[in-house]
Amino acid sequence: MTEKPDGQAFEAVFSNDTAELSEIREFVREKAQGLGFSEEELYQIQLAVDEACANVMEHAYPPGMANPGLHLAVQVEYDRFTIVIADRGLTFDPNLIAPPDLAEYLAEYRVGGLGIYLMRTLMDQVDYNIQPGVKNEVRLTKYLATE
Amino acid sequence: MAAACSTEEGGFLETYKQQVETLGDLTIVRPSGFIDAHTAPELERALNNLVSERRFKVILDCQLMDYISSAGLGVLMGAISTYRQNQGDLKIAQMPAKVFKVFDLLGFSKLFEVFDTKEEAIAAFREGSA
Repeated sequence: MTEKPDGQAFEAVFSNDTAELSEIREFVREKAQGLGFSEEELYQIQLAVDEACANVMEHAYPPGMANPGLHLAVQVEYDRFTIVIADRGLTFDPNLIAPPDLAEYLAEYRVGGLGIYLMRTLMDQVDYNIQPGVKNEVRLTKYLATE
Repeated sequence: MAAACSTEEGGFLETYKQQVETLGDLTIVRPSGFIDAHTAPELERALNNLVSERRFKVILDCQLMDYISSAGLGVLMGAISTYRQNQGDLKIAQMPAKVFKVFDLLGFSKLFEVFDTKEEAIAAFREGSA
């Protein structure tokens, strides 16, 4: 049995540019690797983080608004891997975003609106901490198999 | 026709490129690398160019595709809709298992025809199923 790291924390700030997404995915993979996640789970964690960050890049900062970028914090605990993505842009109410009706979505060849659904489906837990005018945080958690 | 998209100035780190090949009335598009919100517009341009050329029978050969996010899936959805409206189709071939898993999770495998090999996708077009 390999000993899992516990209580480690990492932080990084990325500019609000979609060109950063590949670096963000690498950052997250590097921190999640070796903890016991399968290759498929690593892919899913990267995808969920990508979707969360792409949402911020696309929606949080309209042109002209001060843009301090997005802040990523990774926490490794014995039973979970958590990524917190924080921005100071426009706020939104995550409770107003209903999951898409996939049958209808596909039948109508709709485009867009799958990012939050993917995050919620690929991760074990998705929580929001929205403080209008202060910060928006989305916390993505994937649990590790524990013996 | 090939195009590349870089994530660093000077093209040092290349995360995405694509090739487009013509095979009679079929077109094979081969994305290679990572399709995300940054690189998806490159794929979108290629698939839209085919619309201007009135080439609506397209195979997306995913053998070298490492990754696709919802931005890329949106591009595929827009393209298949247009191609089918014009009696064509966008068929998927050789999609890596981890990519297919997410594709399937979203139900896209019910809408798109997905084949293990490029040859099977070509045969499906030749058999006239569009």
